[in-house]
Amino acid sequence: MPEPMLTIDSLSVFYGSIRAVDGASLRVDAGETVALIGSNGAGKSTLLKTISGLMRARSGTISYAGSDITRASTDRIVALGISQCPEGRRVFGRMTVRENLVLGGIGRPAADADRDIERMLELFPRLRERLTQSAGTLSGGEQQMLAIARALMSMPRLLLLDEPSLGLAPLMVELVFRIIDDLKAQGLTMLLVEQNVHHALDSADRAYVMETGRIILEGPAEAIRHDPRVEQSYLGV
Amino acid sequence: MFDYFLQQGTNALSAGSLYAMMAVGLALIFSILRLINFAHGDVMMIAVYLFVFAGFAGIPILPSLLIMLVGTILIGLVMERIAYRPLRGGPEVALLLSSFAVGQILQNSALLASRLAGKPVQISFPAPELLSGAISLGPLLVPKLNVASFLIGTVLLALLTVFVTRTRLGLSMQAVAEDLPAARLMGIKVNRVVMVAFAIASGLAAVAGYLYASQAGQINPELGFTPVLKAFIAAVIGGFGSLSGAVLGAYLLAFLEVIPTTFAGIADILPPGTVSPGVHDLIAQVLPSSLASYRDAFVFVFLILMLLFRPNGILRGRAREDTP
Repeated sequence: MPEPMLTIDSLSVFYGSIRAVDGASLRVDAGETVALIGSNGAGKSTLLKTISGLMRARSGTISYAGSDITRASTDRIVALGISQCPEGRRVFGRMTVRENLVLGGIGRPAADADRDIERMLELFPRLRERLTQSAGTLSGGEQQMLAIARALMSMPRLLLLDEPSLGLAPLMVELVFRIIDDLKAQGLTMLLVEQNVHHALDSADRAYVMETGRIILEGPAEAIRHDPRVEQSYLGV
Repeated sequence: MFDYFLQQGTNALSAGSLYAMMAVGLALIFSILRLINFAHGDVMMIAVYLFVFAGFAGIPILPSLLIMLVGTILIGLVMERIAYRPLRGGPEVALLLSSFAVGQILQNSALLASRLAGKPVQISFPAPELLSGAISLGPLLVPKLNVASFLIGTVLLALLTVFVTRTRLGLSMQAVAEDLPAARLMGIKVNRVVMVAFAIASGLAAVAGYLYASQAGQINPELGFTPVLKAFIAAVIGGFGSLSGAVLGAYLLAFLEVIPTTFAGIADILPPGTVSPGVHDLIAQVLPSSLASYRDAFVFVFLILMLLFRPNGILRGRAREDTP
């Protein structure tokens, strides 16, 4: 029986008076890759932002490795081992690739920075050639790799990926999902928000489907793929 | 004649260094909080008062300078904690109004302290002996204070550059300035970054205040108004929020300011025989010595043109990503 790493219980989050997440419950076990799918505006990104402490829950709880993090600060959440690669990549475009990586590991001892960066460059060889370039000059795919590498610099136990393939060329989309599969093979636990439902379900063990703030469906990725509602709404079968 | 221009140039360099020390503080805080901290000039003023009152208490000059520096940094930190932190995340205008309130509180504190100590509103502020007089640099006679302002300004700004670009804390600062939510996702402790920014800005304001007051020769609770205005203009010219822009803007502003002073009445000091009498009269008519009093108008006209044609400043300060 795997340990639950992340447990979200009846979480509600508001944007002003709009309920973006409505009583959502979700679980990610250690070693699992869980996909969270749903259309635009379903509340997936809001859910991830709330896990990271960028937004606050109106009600419900988030617990991670046994401790309640519903009201914890983002830096504390990162220190506990949850890292997020945000939607739209959000690399620091005016800073170099290297500086972006240093910032990713800012909560860790400075002495480890060089070794950690070297590890990332082995994982993402393309970044090595770009190390001293400012991140804003990278292509979209390269920026996405940098964003993932930066998120990994904090040595997370749980990686939250928000739309990592959004806006990328097809070849880059393939590459990003290959990276996700590699990370999965290395045993990293991931919660993956994606609009690319095909790919997400290929990589995930389990999946949740979200609609207008609610989780409407959950189950093993294979079962979700063959659910008539998912086939109709997301897979265009 | 050439010496004359050189002399004016050294004046500009000295004034520019003071503006730069102030402007960089404004830009630093703006880049991180989106706050135009109009209390910054009053922080500079309070530094001078701390120094003067330490002197009244019989404390020698070096410890007084230390009290000034540490005290001003502490006041900056308290200001951030009480007046700005609770308003963070609210409308930016609330922060701005709060900065005006802080400025009033600081000014009235200085006034009250003077009253209680039985001192006049205007307190004389003699330049220290070490910085009195002038030194000759080749053909030029430059006041020591100007040399000190330039050297201290340059060294401090260089140190700041090293800090911002080479240290982890400095990188965190840049990250917060560029994209706040992304910076938080890195695990950066934003409160700490904000505090360091206020500490640096206040420390620079204290040093600038000391040099400024030494040049002015006397102080009053409103002395911070002109410097913060100049710093604001410098930051706008350079591109608000950009540190290098603020420095560039500060020196540009200082050079702009000496232009009217330099050329007003220049006909009177033209060496005889360099131009024909007709041209001499023309110059005297176009550039009368009374022109010097239009110095500020000249600068503001430049500022308006700048805002019209390049509203983002020379180095184009960029808007930050703030949506989470």
